[in-house]
Amino acid sequence: MRKYSVFAVAREALRGHKGWQPQWSSPEPRSSYDVIIIGGGGHGLGAAYYLAKEHGINNVAVLEKGWIGGGNTGRNTTIIRSNYLYEESMDIYEHSLKLWEGLSQDLNYNVMYSPRGVMMLSHNTHDQQSFKRHINANRLYGIDNEWLTPEQAKAYCPPLDISKTARYAINGAALQRRGGTARHDAVAWGYARAASDRGVHIIQNTEVTGIRRGANGEVTGVETNRGFIGAKKIGVSAAGHSSVVMQMAGVRVPLASNPLQALVSEPLKPIFPCVVMSNTVHAYISQSDKGELVIGAGTDQYNSYSQTGGLQIITHTLDAICELFPMFRRVKMMRQWGGITDNTPDRSAIQSVTPVKNLFVNCGWGTGGFKATPGSADLFAHLIAKGEPHRLASGLTLDRFRTGRLIDEAAAAAVAH
Amino acid sequence: MLLIHCPYCEHDRSELEFRWAGEAHIARPETIAEISDEAFAEYFFLRDNDKGVTYERWRHIHGCGRFFNAARDTVSDRFLMTYKAGLPKQPVADVAATEQTIETYEQTEGDAR
Repeated sequence: MRKYSVFAVAREALRGHKGWQPQWSSPEPRSSYDVIIIGGGGHGLGAAYYLAKEHGINNVAVLEKGWIGGGNTGRNTTIIRSNYLYEESMDIYEHSLKLWEGLSQDLNYNVMYSPRGVMMLSHNTHDQQSFKRHINANRLYGIDNEWLTPEQAKAYCPPLDISKTARYAINGAALQRRGGTARHDAVAWGYARAASDRGVHIIQNTEVTGIRRGANGEVTGVETNRGFIGAKKIGVSAAGHSSVVMQMAGVRVPLASNPLQALVSEPLKPIFPCVVMSNTVHAYISQSDKGELVIGAGTDQYNSYSQTGGLQIITHTLDAICELFPMFRRVKMMRQWGGITDNTPDRSAIQSVTPVKNLFVNCGWGTGGFKATPGSADLFAHLIAKGEPHRLASGLTLDRFRTGRLIDEAAAAAVAH
Repeated sequence: MLLIHCPYCEHDRSELEFRWAGEAHIARPETIAEISDEAFAEYFFLRDNDKGVTYERWRHIHGCGRFFNAARDTVSDRFLMTYKAGLPKQPVADVAATEQTIETYEQTEGDAR
């Protein structure tokens, strides 16, 4: 792999940009691998990269039924933060945030991580008490998070309407300054390029249709639309389709797949300096480097795999956005889409061994998986390589639904996150 | 937004009047205090989350207020039928479940050209 640098750009500029190579290779699948990862999103590609980099396991394939990064990795609103309430969550999201900070250098690929600050609006006494509890828990755990008065919130994000008569008036906000955004496609491509460079096979347009088991119940490989591919270990990282893939191995997982929508506006000049989210009125907004306002809405209430959602959901979100930021009332929306999120009963992820030998699962990231990408991938690689969870992910097992040791972030945040 | 037929009111109404209420035909074990932790987890947390035909409960919360069951295709979101609570699982014709994902993004983009 030729390294990207300012010198490479200069060299190619002089050569008419004829020397650039494909970022990753697209080999024919081998007959078998040490590890197969099912799902070529950020989590799956990242896990393959860390398997090769941290654990020396290079005989790895990532199978993707569509194109890499075309699922939830390419459909989310790219918000990154780590100010969760419970230690199990803080562990993994803070691990992830620390990896985000060095990810562009690590991958030699600009993922455009931008720590512009994530501000969460408080609209009522309950919000205020809940956020201050989060802030205290975070600070005791060494994670930055601070309380802002409405005036301080306005100073941090000038378009915000803080008048007392506003429809969704605010009484303060919680700010994590290290939070921010990153370029979602670049995360998938960066991991794919770095993994491919270390020998990982990235195999697109290959759908897993079955999981084959051996005499002792252990996995021996996967059936695909391109034939059988053997594997000593399988890691499932299939987001909204995790239930479907796990059913192929006869394992039920406590997931509900729900559509979650997002939309972007026409491009505007730089006007919005940070990320603002309001869990209470279901509005999530930031501005991309292209200038589009990136807006996230709520989930639909029913299970679905349709990658679309109800118009009333985004209408509700835009209603809230227009009230919070009156200057956006006449902005046109350009595109809208949906992704399928995999939600667990306690709204915390599952990263776990399974009842099937050598089958591992990384799912349940629900509506907040993008921010977890590097941390989740790193710890999932550890789980696959060692056969047991890393200390930072030890609470995320499937077993917690039997023992009752849930990580109840749903109640903690009063909302999906 | 979904258009849902309430089998009690016998009207098609918008989804705004309804609340989704989870997978249908799950019976609470009668000996809930005695069952094992595994059996409780199975009853309480594990769901099929089917891709294709799913059986689910809905409640006409802003109408008659009653729970009923529905068979729906989770790929197309099309309702195959709704029926009253208490009835056994109703068979659906094999016409169901086209396994084709709807790609809204490409479709919209195509129309815009």
